[in-house]
Amino acid sequence: MRRMRRSPDRAATTVLYVVLVAGLLVMTAPFVWMLLSSFKSEGELRQAPPTWLPTDPTWANYRELFDRLDFPLYFTNSALVAILVTAGNLLLCSATGYALAKLRFAGRRALFLLVLGNLMVPPAATFVPQFVLVSNLGLVNTYAGLVLPNIALAVNVFLMRQFILSIPDDLLESARVDGAGEWRVYWQIVLPLCGPALATVGILTFLGSWNNFLWPLVVATTEDKYTLPVALALYSVGQNQTRYGLLLAGSTVIILPVLVVFALLQRRFVQGIATTGLKS
Amino acid sequence: MRAATRVGWAFALPFTLLFLVFLVGPVLASLAMSFTDIRSADVRDPLAVTPIGLDNYARLFRDDQFVQAAGNTALVVLFGLPLTVALGLLAALGLNSGLIRFRAVFRVGYYLPVVTSIVAIAVVWRFLLQPESGLLNSLLRLVGIDGPNWLNDTNTALPAVIAMIVWRGLGFQMVIFLAGLQAIPQELYEAARIDGAGRWARFRHVTLPALRPTLLFVAVIGSIGLLQVFEEPFVMTRGGPLGSTLTVAQSVYSQFSFGNYGYASAMSYLLFVAIVLLSILWFRLLRTEESR
Repeated sequence: MRRMRRSPDRAATTVLYVVLVAGLLVMTAPFVWMLLSSFKSEGELRQAPPTWLPTDPTWANYRELFDRLDFPLYFTNSALVAILVTAGNLLLCSATGYALAKLRFAGRRALFLLVLGNLMVPPAATFVPQFVLVSNLGLVNTYAGLVLPNIALAVNVFLMRQFILSIPDDLLESARVDGAGEWRVYWQIVLPLCGPALATVGILTFLGSWNNFLWPLVVATTEDKYTLPVALALYSVGQNQTRYGLLLAGSTVIILPVLVVFALLQRRFVQGIATTGLKS
Repeated sequence: MRAATRVGWAFALPFTLLFLVFLVGPVLASLAMSFTDIRSADVRDPLAVTPIGLDNYARLFRDDQFVQAAGNTALVVLFGLPLTVALGLLAALGLNSGLIRFRAVFRVGYYLPVVTSIVAIAVVWRFLLQPESGLLNSLLRLVGIDGPNWLNDTNTALPAVIAMIVWRGLGFQMVIFLAGLQAIPQELYEAARIDGAGRWARFRHVTLPALRPTLLFVAVIGSIGLLQVFEEPFVMTRGGPLGSTLTVAQSVYSQFSFGNYGYASAMSYLLFVAIVLLSILWFRLLRTEESR
């Protein structure tokens, strides 16, 4: 019986592998082609049929991005905004997550409901009044304007609360009996135990900010405040839209750092996302 | 104020203030603005604008461009969601079948597009879809098919954009499904096997029911993402040709850049309502006994 079942199983496994490998090629080929093509000349990029390996590899596209165009500045802007947004969220959302999970106070339920309700609000539905607000605060085209609307995100409070709920109350109670105030309990007991949650929130927030497009497009009005995606998108539809090499090198500059970090931290990424999914 | 309340708010207040001002406030302001004729010139004095009731909403239904954008967005959800969910589930089932080596390699590879900037990857896809020098058509030529000018043809532009959206999104769904699959107790499968259930019957009667909460989650998250599709058409087609890839989020943005803030708010509120309604629909269809 066993022996008879084996061979169709082996055939099924082979088919499965073929399908999965084909899928893998479809998923990864665009990245490989992007990276290779960013070293090609304009002429080669217009060639039909297209090439894979650059016939005459050149750094010219990158040199132009970094020397003639302001890509170093856009890179700094993207990184600075992402760092500030991430740091703000880690601090604000872990403290609020702790309060919602472990402290009883008037207004707690209302705050939690607001946080839950906000999870469904799309950025596309709020950016117009956000812009009106930010311009009345005089923050259009400033770093503060880029950062503030994303510094206190509901999803991060939700994640931190869910994680902190799983910390046993006894642990916190014994510290309180030993005379620790709530601040010390949070800083010395809760936060050190939150390592995995902080890592997940940190990675997802940084990534969200690095890749964010709509808000920086709206609020950065002069080139010196552009983030990378804004600069690339405006190049790709503006006067540089026919500069193929430039656009591919620009895409590589945005994507490659993320891919490297992702490859290094993939377990954390994937687990974090999976737990998020399961818990909610 | 009780001491406990003081302590609680000491932790929660900084977040709450920023959250109320920058996220909750705008949700309400958006609704209020949608009943006015506020324009960019009124920004300094937003309370002085004239209320015009439901005029903005009435105008939406007469606005051919918006109607077209709403139709396109509906098509994105209608085709994009089932495709992403089905392919994500298939990938997860394949990787979860227990026979697979190099599982981590597949998982990382399928997930790669999810972490990348939509703008950057949309630029790359624009090249892949070029009629002459594009990779896709050169592959099609190998098997004797003369591929169309994907992004410049009203028949193929929207399907091409949807294909890119599915390609980018299925890895996320896969990871969620993998976690859901791994949470199913093996005893259920053993019991089904003893009852003589074949592969399909086990999938139909054990896996699918157990995945209901996961399906609900991916359907809700997927709908929210697809309803606000913006970057892909912005970069790949600018909404063209002839508006065939224009989406609601793009219409909101273009009304915003014309300075029509009230009208843009009405559009974006309709988008928000669509998200809520679709989420409610998924809850009704897919809720389980425990979540009732």
